[in-house]
Amino acid sequence: MPAAFKPQTAIVGIGATEFSKNSGRSELRLALEAVTAALADAAIDPLEVDGLVSFSMDPSDEVAVARNLGVQDLTYFVRTPGGGGGACGTVALASLGIATGMADVVVCYRAMNERSGHRFGQPGAAAAPPQRNPPSRDIDRSWNVPFGMVTAASMTAPVARRYMHQYGATSEDFGLVSVNARNFAATNPAAWFYEKPITLDDHQNSRMIADPLRLLDCCQESDGAVALVVTSLERAKDLPQPPVAILASAQGSGPNSFTVAQPYRENLARAVDVEVIAKQLWAQSGLKPQDMDLANCYDHFTPAVLMQLEGLGFCGLGEAAGFIRDEGIGLDGRLPVNTNGGQIGEAYIHGFNGIAEVVRQLRGTAVNQVPNARHAAVISGIHAVDSGLILGRD
Amino acid sequence: MPNTPTKGRLRPQTNTDTEFFWEGTRRHKLLVQSCSACHTIRHPPGPACPHCHSLEWESKELSGRGRLYSYTVVHHPLPPGFEEPVIVAVVELDEGIRMVSNVVDIEADSLKIDEPLQVTFVDQDEGWTAPLFGRM
Repeated sequence: MPAAFKPQTAIVGIGATEFSKNSGRSELRLALEAVTAALADAAIDPLEVDGLVSFSMDPSDEVAVARNLGVQDLTYFVRTPGGGGGACGTVALASLGIATGMADVVVCYRAMNERSGHRFGQPGAAAAPPQRNPPSRDIDRSWNVPFGMVTAASMTAPVARRYMHQYGATSEDFGLVSVNARNFAATNPAAWFYEKPITLDDHQNSRMIADPLRLLDCCQESDGAVALVVTSLERAKDLPQPPVAILASAQGSGPNSFTVAQPYRENLARAVDVEVIAKQLWAQSGLKPQDMDLANCYDHFTPAVLMQLEGLGFCGLGEAAGFIRDEGIGLDGRLPVNTNGGQIGEAYIHGFNGIAEVVRQLRGTAVNQVPNARHAAVISGIHAVDSGLILGRD
Repeated sequence: MPNTPTKGRLRPQTNTDTEFFWEGTRRHKLLVQSCSACHTIRHPPGPACPHCHSLEWESKELSGRGRLYSYTVVHHPLPPGFEEPVIVAVVELDEGIRMVSNVVDIEADSLKIDEPLQVTFVDQDEGWTAPLFGRM
């Protein structure tokens, strides 16, 4: 485990499109809109970009983004596997490229017409016809898709059930995460659910998707794009935006990993991938959970937020429901969580919008501003190939 | 078994590491890999033993008895091949490995975590056999 190290990189620009259910534009165009907005925010000329990072599943190729951006010499391009678990990982990889001298200005992007195009909430990809020489991920999926475990909800639901069984958590405990997200979204004009808060009754009355997950336990499906500009901390000090330093960045995947369902894990109710990340984050940053002023957790489904709070060490195993009720995750709580409304309330951009929100919080420009926020933890994903960041300002 | 489909499910994809399992279910046998060197069993199958890294293995038949580790009832969207909500279960076999499957012939409301289950084989019209679980 590395000792705490001196931060070398910073996020200096954020950009996004509007978040919608039907963008009406190509995903490459969404990517370009977000990337150019992020560079304008950073006050960096697109000609200075020499690195691009995204997810392996992002449909917009680096060369296509670079070509449209007029990039001359692209010297660093790398992708992270998995789905939303990779969001913080792109920033980690950008930081790595800068720290090793392979690039000076790296832009991370994620652009998707997920709602109007290829909906992750539908069987879609899992229903691909058998191939002659299937890749390992299709072999892995073959142990669950014939039995109807096809969507992310049906993969996460047995985790939620086991969590309830072991720790006594209830559907209402999950519902409080959704109510919190929609409260924050209600005052965030960029959120799809702006001015549309919900009550716990609304959550309890929403229809069952994959028992025990109700509709209002699920994140949205969205069209949109977010981009983040990463450069050296030294350079960042000369730029107009207050630098948001990358104090720690980590990827993580625990033992015996199998798709996002993870049915073969010894304890299904424990976020072991997040624990792998947490160990690195606290060691690298030299900080502790109690030093965090806010957190952004990956809320594709509400139980994931409880398990991430435990995995990060904000509370013990099985204690997150009590933490949420007694300590609070709203603006007046011990740890404000997902202050943009998260993927439940703002939009589902595979975790990228959560990172942008934390940057705004640390700049002091968020709509739901946490007073004097200095340190924040961001986690992407819960069960697969995941990642996390500790971000901070001086 | 009227409530579980015999056609239209997403078919498992196979390769030389995994074909033995599906050959086994066609013969209504539940087989797993057993390492030839250290005799540790593993599932789902893979080319190497995670304990001793031997690439040599043989198949071993399981008892088919286990218990319900966790489950969900999938309501929406209904998965391909299913016309009503389906119980998707994580079953822990007595031999210590887990499988994802369906629980059949049991009302979802009466399911209890840790209750004993027994494998049952349901042939599919497309020429493969699904290993499912019911009450003993």
